[in-house]
Amino acid sequence: MAIHIIDRRLNPGGKSLENRQRFLRRAKSLVQGAVKKTSQERDIKDVLEGGEVTIPLDGMHEPRFRREGGTRDMVLPGNKKFIEGDYLQRSGQGSAKDSGPGEGDSEDAFRFVLSRDEFVDLFLDDLELPDLAKRKIAQTESEGIQRAGYTTSGSPANISVSRTVKLALARRIALKRPSKDEIDELEAEIEACTDEDERAGLIARLDKLKAKTKRIPFIDPLDIRYRRYEKVPRPVAQAVMFCLMDVSGSMSEHMKDLAKRFYMLLYVFLKRRYKHVEIVFIRHTDRAEEVDEQTFFYGPASGGTLVSSALQAMHEIVRERFNPSDWNIYAAQASDGDNSYSDGELTGMLLTEKILPVCQFFAYLEVGESGGSAFDLSDSSLWTLYERLRNSGAPLSMRKVSERSEIFPVFHDLFQRRDTAQEKAAP
Amino acid sequence: MTERLFEGADWDFHTLQRITDACEEVALKDLGLDVYPNQIEVITAEQMLDAYSSVGMPLFYKHWSFGKHFAYHEASYRKGLMGLAYEIVINSSPCISYLMEENTATMQTLVIAHAAFGHNHFFKNNYLFKQWTDAEGILDYLDFAKNYVMQCEERYGRIEVERTLDAAHALMSHGIDRYPGKKQLDLREEEKRAGRRRQHEEEVFNDLWRTVPKGASKARSAISLERRRKLLGLPQENLLYFLEKSAPRLAPWQRELLRIVRHIAQYFYPQSQTKVMNEGTATYVHYRIMTKLHQQGRITDGNFLEFLGSHTNVVFQPEFDDPRYSGFNPYALGFAVMQDIERIVTSPSDEDREWFPDIAGKNDVMGVLRDVWANYRDESFIAQFLSPKLMRHFRMFHLHDDPEERAGIRVDAIHDERGFRRVRRELARQHDVGYIDANIEVVDVDLSGDRRLILHHRVIKGSQLNETDAKRVLQHLADLWTYDVALIEVDANDKVLREYVVSPRPIPAAVA
Repeated sequence: MAIHIIDRRLNPGGKSLENRQRFLRRAKSLVQGAVKKTSQERDIKDVLEGGEVTIPLDGMHEPRFRREGGTRDMVLPGNKKFIEGDYLQRSGQGSAKDSGPGEGDSEDAFRFVLSRDEFVDLFLDDLELPDLAKRKIAQTESEGIQRAGYTTSGSPANISVSRTVKLALARRIALKRPSKDEIDELEAEIEACTDEDERAGLIARLDKLKAKTKRIPFIDPLDIRYRRYEKVPRPVAQAVMFCLMDVSGSMSEHMKDLAKRFYMLLYVFLKRRYKHVEIVFIRHTDRAEEVDEQTFFYGPASGGTLVSSALQAMHEIVRERFNPSDWNIYAAQASDGDNSYSDGELTGMLLTEKILPVCQFFAYLEVGESGGSAFDLSDSSLWTLYERLRNSGAPLSMRKVSERSEIFPVFHDLFQRRDTAQEKAAP
Repeated sequence: MTERLFEGADWDFHTLQRITDACEEVALKDLGLDVYPNQIEVITAEQMLDAYSSVGMPLFYKHWSFGKHFAYHEASYRKGLMGLAYEIVINSSPCISYLMEENTATMQTLVIAHAAFGHNHFFKNNYLFKQWTDAEGILDYLDFAKNYVMQCEERYGRIEVERTLDAAHALMSHGIDRYPGKKQLDLREEEKRAGRRRQHEEEVFNDLWRTVPKGASKARSAISLERRRKLLGLPQENLLYFLEKSAPRLAPWQRELLRIVRHIAQYFYPQSQTKVMNEGTATYVHYRIMTKLHQQGRITDGNFLEFLGSHTNVVFQPEFDDPRYSGFNPYALGFAVMQDIERIVTSPSDEDREWFPDIAGKNDVMGVLRDVWANYRDESFIAQFLSPKLMRHFRMFHLHDDPEERAGIRVDAIHDERGFRRVRRELARQHDVGYIDANIEVVDVDLSGDRRLILHHRVIKGSQLNETDAKRVLQHLADLWTYDVALIEVDANDKVLREYVVSPRPIPAAVA
């Protein structure tokens, strides 16, 4: 008997992927809740690492007719001392559990592991670029070209040889153009022919064929086809993210940490939406400089505070390197809110006239000490300034954060997907 | 001295071939087994998890519940809570056995002997499998089912199909014919039939019929109860079958889906009834084959010890007060009874002669065993062949737990002269699927009135349905039936214990 031994190990994996996606889709709201809960307990570095989540089994329960209760009979192995007619004491716990029908059901939790992609997808699923940004995306489309079938006219560079030859062949067959083989054969026949009359007939036929060959060209201008191209609007698929931060002495490590968390979330979020995301770090005291990430978060600096310097630096970088028609520009500014009073006017002017018109989105995050109750008492100078700008119609998003656990809610809040109704009402 | 099959733990495909040949020689010549052609496939852990989630079958239609099982198994496997099976074997012809790639050479030998010969013989010869399953056609049928479900999803939408399948799955345990009588299942024919029916519908479709005015429906109010029940084939315990044939408002494709789920449930029905026997057979066969290979010198002492190690793990039976105890281990019980039969046939004691006059001292071990494997299921197998010696060996005892009894749980019988028969009867009953599953049947439909479907649950020993689950299942049932459904729980004296009435959910308007 022939025995087949087959190595299946090289078969493509992920056979259950489809079923898994169906399951996730079905359990979406439950899983999403679990994902958010899990991510709050985690460190920023592995917040989006995927991993185990737990959802209540309730919604995913597959019911069956099950019997329970009543008198039970069972046969067990391992009798040591019982004899017929003995009575065993019921343990109180066991019977109490039995008496609550269906009680255990909803408490049962279902644990499983999500991959990193699934986790991030679910985490960011109900987030959306804000209205403002969406409007702008529509405007900042650039044009690209793509193939769109064939045309009868065009530049010689775009001739589609295969299509042309195909059409020519079809035409030649349809019009019965004699093939070269046919003529060669006839010529050979004439060569071999000895009978004069027959020869004359054959020559006449050959002439006829040759004439036909001439009448029906090998390639006719009718056959020629050109590749057609069409211009299509193509959304800009790259984004730059400006991180602006006040690093003057008044910013504590805790505040920087908060800012960092926010930047990372923004980065992950943008990364989902754009193919290519660049980050520019600008730190400022009373003067601003572009630095690398390490210096940005950990490099020592001291001095006063002039927010306008950072905005000025950003404006220059945009002008030099990031043409707003090619880049989606996002900016997030973190500060403890200090700014010298004399700087207010310049800051406001820079922001409304230079920065905001080119930005998709500008967020201001005011960070405070943890448990900062004093923080709520009076608004900082920068906050007051920005609030005034916002009230006069500048598209600014601003939030205050003082605890680590607030970062996620604030982020969610900023990018929450609005209802369509609201969206329409908003402008 | 015969050549060794392998040295150490490593194997390659050439080794597997030699192992299979050696096992086959022992299986066919020494044990006289009769098997389907074998197909052995080597798979990875991930593929094993895939197989787990679709009840072991190599292909299956798509449904979220399989994804749920996959996620669950994957999580517990990753955490190390759960080991994976060494093999999965499929009752098909050719008989497909999946082997895990990380098994050692000894384990592969064990697994090939166990699955490709033990289970395979059982599948081919046991009467239940012969009666209820179609090994030749199952894979084609599953392929058909998969494509059919996919096509339905394309035509009628994923959500609609999912809703129907959810309902069908909930009723799966009651979608089984328990008694033979209908013609044998031919799954290939099934597949063709569905195709033909669709073709016929397309051919005879004429939209004009829709416009023909319908005459007043014939008054058929005066059908007697008896006649009505007969027309509908009542009482009917196969709920899926009943719905497929009689539910008034199901679309043809929904009926076909119910049919698919029903066929698959039926295919697995013999397996649930023969767990002890099936595993017992396979374990006995691998034990015999491995011992023989060792005797022949084809596997080394070291490898044989490795085999004994895993074998004893497999047939380990913890006692009832052991934290590891979770019921009788079908491998342990099955293997023990098989070995005991061997003992009774070859060297019976006086007690055995009294208990098993038919087989005691018959000396033809394999003849007796092959007969047992062919003609019994767990319940009859235990009722017939569990010997007093084994009951003493396992120290079995029977507990009777009556909630009314204040004094506690009574020890009804133990492994002594007075108790043997009672213990054995009770253990056999525990393995009777017909006795374990709730006995629910459709008894009547109020056709002239509100079309309410009436089901009865015959309550045995006061064990009623779990309320939450029952309501959910009935909801599914009502959705398929599209009118009210009543389930009445009655005891042996026809006294009504409880009544459920569930109305169908309105079908939500098509989601854009």
